[in-house]
Amino acid sequence: MVPFNILVAVCLVYVGLLFLVAFLVERRANARALPWLRSPLVYTLSLSIFCTAWTFYGAVGYAVRSGWEFMTIYLGPTLVFVGWWWVLRKLVRIGKTQRVTSIADLISSRYGKSNMLGVIVTVISVVAATPYIALQLQSVTLSFAVFASTAADGGPMPDKAATALWVAVGLALFTVLFGTRNLDSNERHLGVVTAIAVEAVVKLVALVAVGIFVVWGLAGGPADMMARIEASPLSSWDLQPGRWVGLIFLSAAAVLCLPRMFQVMVVENVDERHLATASWAFPLYLFLMCLFVLPIAVAGMDLLPPGTNPDLFVLTLPLAQGQDGLAMLAFLGGFSSATSMVIVASIALATMVSNHIVMPLWLSLRPARAVSGDVRRIVLLSRRLSIAGIVALGYAYFRLSGGSGALAAIGLISFVGAAQILPAMLGGIFWRGATRVGAVCGLLTGAGIWAYSLYLPSFGPDAVISARLMTEGPWGIGWLRPQALFGVEGMDPLIHAMFWSLVLNATAFFTGSILTFPGPVERVQGAAFVNVFDGEVSAGGWVRGAATAEDLLILSQRILGGDEALAFFEAEARMQGKAGPLPDPTPGFLGALERRLSGSVGAATAHAMIAQTVGGAAVSVEDLMAVANETAQIMEYSARLEAQSEELTRTARQLQQANEKLTRLSVQKDSFLSQVSHELRTPMTSIRAFSEILMEGDMSPEMARRHATIIHDEAIRLTRLLDDLLNLSVLENAGVQLTLGLVSLQDMIDRALVTAAQTRPERRFTIHRDPGCEALYVTTDADRLTQVFINLISNARKYCAAPEPELRIAVRQRGGRVMVDVIDNGRGIPEDSQALIFEKFARLTDETRAGGAGLGLAICREVMTALGGSIAYLPGQGGTAFRVTFPLRLQAAA
Amino acid sequence: MGKHVLVIEDEPNIVEAIRFILMRDGWDVSTLSDGGLAEETIKSRRPDVVILDVMLPGRSGLEILAALRADAATESLPVLMLTAKGQGRDRAEAERIGASRFMSKPFSNTEILASVRALAGV
Amino acid sequence: MKRPGLPLFLQRRPYRRRRKIDAARLLPVFGAFLLLLPMLWAPPEGQGRDTGSDGLFLFLVWAGLIAVARLLAPSLTAEEHRDPGGGDG
Repeated sequence: MVPFNILVAVCLVYVGLLFLVAFLVERRANARALPWLRSPLVYTLSLSIFCTAWTFYGAVGYAVRSGWEFMTIYLGPTLVFVGWWWVLRKLVRIGKTQRVTSIADLISSRYGKSNMLGVIVTVISVVAATPYIALQLQSVTLSFAVFASTAADGGPMPDKAATALWVAVGLALFTVLFGTRNLDSNERHLGVVTAIAVEAVVKLVALVAVGIFVVWGLAGGPADMMARIEASPLSSWDLQPGRWVGLIFLSAAAVLCLPRMFQVMVVENVDERHLATASWAFPLYLFLMCLFVLPIAVAGMDLLPPGTNPDLFVLTLPLAQGQDGLAMLAFLGGFSSATSMVIVASIALATMVSNHIVMPLWLSLRPARAVSGDVRRIVLLSRRLSIAGIVALGYAYFRLSGGSGALAAIGLISFVGAAQILPAMLGGIFWRGATRVGAVCGLLTGAGIWAYSLYLPSFGPDAVISARLMTEGPWGIGWLRPQALFGVEGMDPLIHAMFWSLVLNATAFFTGSILTFPGPVERVQGAAFVNVFDGEVSAGGWVRGAATAEDLLILSQRILGGDEALAFFEAEARMQGKAGPLPDPTPGFLGALERRLSGSVGAATAHAMIAQTVGGAAVSVEDLMAVANETAQIMEYSARLEAQSEELTRTARQLQQANEKLTRLSVQKDSFLSQVSHELRTPMTSIRAFSEILMEGDMSPEMARRHATIIHDEAIRLTRLLDDLLNLSVLENAGVQLTLGLVSLQDMIDRALVTAAQTRPERRFTIHRDPGCEALYVTTDADRLTQVFINLISNARKYCAAPEPELRIAVRQRGGRVMVDVIDNGRGIPEDSQALIFEKFARLTDETRAGGAGLGLAICREVMTALGGSIAYLPGQGGTAFRVTFPLRLQAAA
Repeated sequence: MGKHVLVIEDEPNIVEAIRFILMRDGWDVSTLSDGGLAEETIKSRRPDVVILDVMLPGRSGLEILAALRADAATESLPVLMLTAKGQGRDRAEAERIGASRFMSKPFSNTEILASVRALAGV
Repeated sequence: MKRPGLPLFLQRRPYRRRRKIDAARLLPVFGAFLLLLPMLWAPPEGQGRDTGSDGLFLFLVWAGLIAVARLLAPSLTAEEHRDPGGGDG
């Protein structure tokens, strides 16, 4: 038998070892020299706080009572972890991007940083967890008692309350020391987590060792063990489908919602990739924890005297077999299970109590001015007090309940309490429509029903709720009986409470959400949570550690506007000698940016914003949102002004354009009139002069005839000019009548060449043609198209200044369109004039003037438009080149 | 007489008319249709009077006039400007630059003859 | 434009990864079905359920889930850093 003193000594040494581990890890972690600490193994082991003393001792007892049903508690978490891609991955990512400190913070943050929600979740969690902490204290006390009673000469019998007190004080001390050591805002506790991991190994090794002893020491191996199971009262068991489904679901919900699980799973997570390892390694851990539960139960029932508490078989079996070493190991395993749960639970709960209850109270009790930069010390103090308070609550509960057997059921009751957070949590991360009001309604409804139908009755009849109320309902209303709500009788009380609390919780949450409208912060947070994988979409983007130039750019764009911010960043990057728009966030650049931003939002705000992005001062998202809202309002106002002034500018510009057009038209009209005048006066001059000469008589007949010929020619020229003008006017007013017919393109070009040869007949042109291409029949108005060719060829004859002039006519057909290029080898038309040549009287310069009235190309353009085609100048052809395009088959209707 | 008139005009029929009118009056008439050659022709031929059209190929009549007025040798050369545009603006511009006379087309034969005579101081 | 030498549609690696994500999503559903399956087995008339065979079945399912999760886990994380948030869309 192990003397009790030695047991205490081993215990103290073990605790001292944990202290040492936590201390060393904290010290090395500060030196950043512990890569293995950041391994997925430590993460997975730390998750094992799911297996408390309730698992370590209680699972065997549970198996004795209900067979395999105990496994439901571990199958639910297995499904959650195996399905990590659904929920856990998102929770961890949100926890990282939003710097979530607890599950209460998650809910509060998701629903617009509502502290009321934080308080509600905190209260639910504390209420649910307190009996659970008491349960751990009880298990340690009981296990001490087991040793003490078996130690015949073991000195004084330990007082249960005193043992529990010492354990509680020790745990509180440890938790305060290592749970509130960190002075930075980071909520991770590497030392604690590592100590928890050590404890996880101890409890696994202990339970497996007892199991191996049972299977291979007491029984003759697995086959014999199976035979023993078949022979034992446990050879058959009863599966209650309601409880089977309900408990798997409940344990799955609990692993997500228990504050301590959230702490190790999300808050203490250092690397998202660890989750993937934990997805199989944590179920494996649970698997191993469960593997030997039934053999131990069977062996205990076989070998131990009837009436022995099955909840302590793990401990009493080795003791009864005289295996003191194994018993000691089992004791340490149970001790580890209890202590690790209390430590993590009190850290998690204390964070919640401190952040959502103590700090808000403290801040509201002090004048706003007095809040200096030294808030952090207050935070630590409040957190330490909260830890002590949580452990003290657990101890008080243990004392008050008298360590009764009623505690045994508290594990599942606590699970149902924690599960009330599930609708608000899942709704919050998957449904943008979830609102604060909905979450409050759901949580209060669920928690109320849970307390009324399960938690309070669990204290025993007449403890809180009278036996009369239990059987008859409040005021005799039968359908309000706590364990038969709405007249549903005969249901397992736990499943009954879980069913109604979660159904009504979810209903209230959903109804409240769809009936209310979320505030701005809530909507931003909702988007940031639900779309956490779509990159930084919201104000959440500012709340990041290291500043990247990109974050700063996003921030700046919100304040300065996209183009301006980008230009500023590009200029800064250029000054740093970097290509691209992102400069390095050097102090110089940050200073410049801050100055720039302060122009928009004021210096203090700009500083706070940059500090926030760079990772410094604690400015809440709400503050930033408020500023952003104000800025947005100002910008909206100025945008409205801008829109108005833009409207004015646009109107002014339109007026100006109209005016310019009028002026241009007026100038064109003047110029047109002046041109017409010129074109009319020129022949008129000759006519008048020669008429006067003729009127004087007194000249030879041939001289007179010669002068009359000139008069005649000039009169014809005048007529032609007037015809052209009339023609153009008709074409421009679209009043042209087309005479369509099928004609040979070759014929038209032949005709045009012959007619155009009358222009400056003295010039001999070399003509290049391709008869093969010209062999096309075209449906068009032949006379008008030919007129266009005549004009083009005449122009070439008039203006081509080459000493050996050449003319090339190229025909091509593309689809339903025909292109005819008329190209000479002259100087071409300068680029700046190319746009003008189709205007009326647009003879380029006086120097190119030769006879015509300058209406030719204008008429060509009008004709081609009427023919459904176009005419364009072709640059880069080594001379003046025009391209005439027209449809192969012109439709008459067109 | 035998005084020399240079007619710078690109419309062949108008040149023909002016030459006929002036030669019948005993003037020595030479003609030019390209504005670009006007200045050097004036310097080599040294006419007593120049009849200058405003719209010319090669170089505008107003430019030629300005160049003549800027040269000491030709600054007082009598120049009769002709224009077919018939706008007051052309007249004002021509007189500003230093045209001795200005006539718009169509002109009467007696009028142009009288002007040339007056300019030549006959 | 299809570049020569590259397969049509998604490249092989992202495609494989997407299917693995599908598998990871389906795994808990499949597991839940298997774990609830014993409810459908009627115990022999007048007796309780057989603890031995039920336990064997449950532990086998459990071990199977762990094994499949173990197979899927490495490839899902290894590529997540190259393709943040991928497969979520």
